[in-house]
Amino acid sequence: MSDAFNWLYSEKVMEHFKNPKNILEDEQSFEADGKGEVGDIRCGDHMLIVIKVKDGKVADCKWKTYGCASAIASTSVLSEIAKGMPLEEAYHIKPKDIVEKLGGLPENKFHCSVLGDRALRAAIEDYYRRNNMEDRITEEEARIVCKCMNVTDKDIEKAVIEGARDMEALQERTKLGTVCGNCKEKAAELLHEYLHLYG
Amino acid sequence: MRNRIVYMDHNATTPLHPEVAAIMRESLSLFSNASSMHTMGRKAAGRIEEARQFTAEVIGAPADQVFFTGSGSESNNMVLKQLLFTSGVPGPVPSGERIELITSVIEHPSIMETAKFLAKQGVTVHFIPVDENGQVSINKLKERLSDRTALVSIMMANNEIGTIEEIFAITKLVHEAGSLMHTDAVQAVGKIPVNVEDLGVDYLSYSGHKLNGPKGVGALYIRERVPAIPLIHGGHQERGLRAGTYNTLGIIGMGKAAEIILRDGEKERVKLKKLREMLKKGIQESIPDIIINSGQDRCLPGTLNISFKGAEGESILLYLDLEGIMVSTGSACASGSLDPSHVLLAIGVNPELAHGSIRFSLGLGSSEEDVDYVLEKLPGIMSKIRKMSTLY
Repeated sequence: MSDAFNWLYSEKVMEHFKNPKNILEDEQSFEADGKGEVGDIRCGDHMLIVIKVKDGKVADCKWKTYGCASAIASTSVLSEIAKGMPLEEAYHIKPKDIVEKLGGLPENKFHCSVLGDRALRAAIEDYYRRNNMEDRITEEEARIVCKCMNVTDKDIEKAVIEGARDMEALQERTKLGTVCGNCKEKAAELLHEYLHLYG
Repeated sequence: MRNRIVYMDHNATTPLHPEVAAIMRESLSLFSNASSMHTMGRKAAGRIEEARQFTAEVIGAPADQVFFTGSGSESNNMVLKQLLFTSGVPGPVPSGERIELITSVIEHPSIMETAKFLAKQGVTVHFIPVDENGQVSINKLKERLSDRTALVSIMMANNEIGTIEEIFAITKLVHEAGSLMHTDAVQAVGKIPVNVEDLGVDYLSYSGHKLNGPKGVGALYIRERVPAIPLIHGGHQERGLRAGTYNTLGIIGMGKAAEIILRDGEKERVKLKKLREMLKKGIQESIPDIIINSGQDRCLPGTLNISFKGAEGESILLYLDLEGIMVSTGSACASGSLDPSHVLLAIGVNPELAHGSIRFSLGLGSSEEDVDYVLEKLPGIMSKIRKMSTLY
């Protein structure tokens, strides 16, 4: 066994990194029913997920990614989870579901490399749009980050999309963390994550 | 599972030379405090002074102008942070006073972060840009030099791309402007000939573990009669410039490493350059869509930095690691920050290619077999990564 990986990533991550499953080898001949793309190349992660749908289930799920070891492993494991899953269920897979399957990821890898759930969500939404099923598209549930000022993760995401690039700018727009300040650490994590996606 | 280890990360740190390891092992029982007056203390002091001779000779300096520190970073900090005390900041600066610092955009973090810290304390800091090979712009430097410049600090050789700066020419300009010149030569000493008299610099930092010596010991050359202020106050070790009980074992090791460079350095340089060229040619011939980021002429002999299109550096590094090959990358993923290597961005490499960069750095013990092994494994790894990449 390679000792170098022991401290860096779990055995499961190494397994998927060494032998990634369900790589999309030929995009043209796959004939996807839905396609989702996320990530920002400037941050070093970019991902594509394509799905086939049959009887309301994810019949096939393939992917490509430009990214680090945990990006490769997390997308690989996600493709295995999603295959055969009812569409509605696959639509709600969360990053923590992927990380659990991987046997954990280092803290600094969690936010930036687990983009797969978003790519899959985008692929499913693409499928819904193509099949006049827009009513199935739901807003992701917002979570309150700053209790004092009632600021949610969605508000933070929106602020980043609109141009907030650091904590100061984020606070100026949302007023988060300006009362008790307890949420600032969490907000910084989210800021980091969204900068990766939209930076 | 794997039977071979190929270490190609000598710019990160180097293995102890067997002769260095041997002398350190022999010296393990030399526990006495080199500042003690008794026989045992004097014995340790004697060994330290012997080591100082070689440590000085390797940069062509008189022994009494070389001071031992704890690391290259400490040496760098000591030179730069003088500005806090000599310039009188924080507070209003009288006109005509020399207070500004000039450095480059591709320095090591121990210069970069120290410079940013000084800027926060009120010191004016100018960062000089570099060209596509990583050469500091002499014209931009000229524009910034003035009677307000206290110190200029430019690295002698870059750790990531191996570029060797024109320290002699830069020093001349700096002295003409009446300022002092420091060079961070941590990556240069041992890898290329370095001589403080030829260069004319006032301060020069170097480190033990980058020249097949031990970690935890560095050195700083301070030209006679230029200002110096200790970072660590206490006992009068190093003539009052660096307090703290002597790291006898480390200093003995660094001295031995310097002695070996004086003996073997030239031969080693020729060998490394040949191996580097072999590796470069082999990669160019077997892998398409690559960009060589290290300079052609003025480059450290063992350093090769390459960007691979459509592939992210951390995954290249870890696939190589699985084959027993140790390298480093300029990708942000490996550092935990959002941005890839500041050096690669500074020489105009686009962010995608900076994320896809790998630094091979060869050194003591590197062999043709090592190069062949890398050339055997790398093409397969690249096609594997590119096959699953969205960008290739």
